[in-house]
Amino acid sequence: MDKEVAVQSLTDTMAKFTSYIGKRLPTDVKQKLADLRTLETNPLAKSIYDSMAENQEAADKLDRPSCQDTGVIQYFISAGAKFPLLGELEEILHNATLGATKIGPLRHNAVETFDEKNTGTNTGSKIPWLDWEIVPDSDCATIDVYMAGGGCTLPGKATVLMPGQGYEGVTEFVFDVITSRGVNACPPLLVGVGVSTSVETAARLSKRAILRPVNSKNPNANAALMEELLEEGLNEVGIGPQGLTGNNSVMGVNIEASARHPSTIGVAVSTGCWAHRRGKIRFNADLSYEVLSHEGVVL
Amino acid sequence: MKKILQTPIRDEDLEDLNVGDVVYLTGHLVTCRDVAHRRLIEQKRELPVDLEGGAIFHAGPIVRKLDDGKFEMVSIGPTTSMRMEKFEREFIKQTGVKLIVGKGGMGPETAAGCQEGKAVHAIFPGGCAVLAATKVEEIERAEWQDLGMPETLWVNRVREFGPLIISIDTKGNNLIEQNKARFNEKKAPVMERIFSQVKFIR
Repeated sequence: MDKEVAVQSLTDTMAKFTSYIGKRLPTDVKQKLADLRTLETNPLAKSIYDSMAENQEAADKLDRPSCQDTGVIQYFISAGAKFPLLGELEEILHNATLGATKIGPLRHNAVETFDEKNTGTNTGSKIPWLDWEIVPDSDCATIDVYMAGGGCTLPGKATVLMPGQGYEGVTEFVFDVITSRGVNACPPLLVGVGVSTSVETAARLSKRAILRPVNSKNPNANAALMEELLEEGLNEVGIGPQGLTGNNSVMGVNIEASARHPSTIGVAVSTGCWAHRRGKIRFNADLSYEVLSHEGVVL
Repeated sequence: MKKILQTPIRDEDLEDLNVGDVVYLTGHLVTCRDVAHRRLIEQKRELPVDLEGGAIFHAGPIVRKLDDGKFEMVSIGPTTSMRMEKFEREFIKQTGVKLIVGKGGMGPETAAGCQEGKAVHAIFPGGCAVLAATKVEEIERAEWQDLGMPETLWVNRVREFGPLIISIDTKGNNLIEQNKARFNEKKAPVMERIFSQVKFIR
């Protein structure tokens, strides 16, 4: 394929995929919401789950963004060092956001800071936001698209604890964020926790954590135990959909971690709302692709 | 039977409502969020829409401009109401607005404002933006378009818009604050139990 044609093809696919994920939830999220709806016994909470389901059906049928806040577009890229369009990806994803904004249509969510002007294009300085991981020896690229809406971004918080505060301190931090600011962020939330060495490393990992499937487990046994304890514990608090109380609080808790300085425990929480709009797509070197997050997609 | 409020809303339409009640709205619903609140309260600019007896929606929709110059409501869900807490009490006082629709709870200042101005705050289920858009019959006007799509004051004519769950009533009761107090009470023993199982540093 001629390089120019290849760039256009990848741009078109990413524009369509970015627009698509604003209209239909990923398979794991859809399933989890259906499960929570079945488990709910509080009448008001049940009626909220019914509204959510009705909304998703309407969005699918009318081909519209299911939530008006289509977020700031973020791309998390795991690119092979030998992926043929590695150097072009930044521009491709910028143009894909412009394209998706027209196709969706997506809301114009890029306000230039300090100038305090909405750019009107949904793109701006460093927006769409790109996060990179380079995979040695691979010629494929896997891209996670995430619509970082305002509501689900607002609870985000990071801090550095002293080791004496231990994992008890991590537990308290997560509970405080979710039972205070999380209540207004469209629960049931998917809770991402980063446990790491400093604020920015923990924050990045907490966002990566909500890109993992809802029911996935951290491979480390202690981290997986903590995911389970936090999920059960938060559910026991009974926040319910929209904070109106109910049998459960969260879709899940995912923890991502790194090694840390012996004197610090960096911890951060990122949250995904019930309308957790993310998508995962993998491109091969010939630009053939597979959508990993949504079953039965036709772009 | 569905309880339906109609704009202009009168004090007596609201006085029997309690937190947790579900109502619907027919009439006019105007989107009004961060910058519109700031312009009225801080910058002392006059709102381009009369809200006496009216209803506002903390929302920033997706709107499509049609070929005939009209606007189509594509997707309109509520945004986090708490962001307007700083301004809402004064906003109610200055505008005479009766119904504030948004997402999540608001704080003690808004609750006081609702009590003083005989107004209510109601929650529309967050994220259900297409459901909401199907209840908008027409966008009649668009004011302060210089603020961009999310912040423009979109004047919507709506029919049985809801469900709207009353979260602050005219007596100043605050459903989400009550819920939060309950969550905070419940979490202490739960956390204690978890603490004993996460002593990974030995």
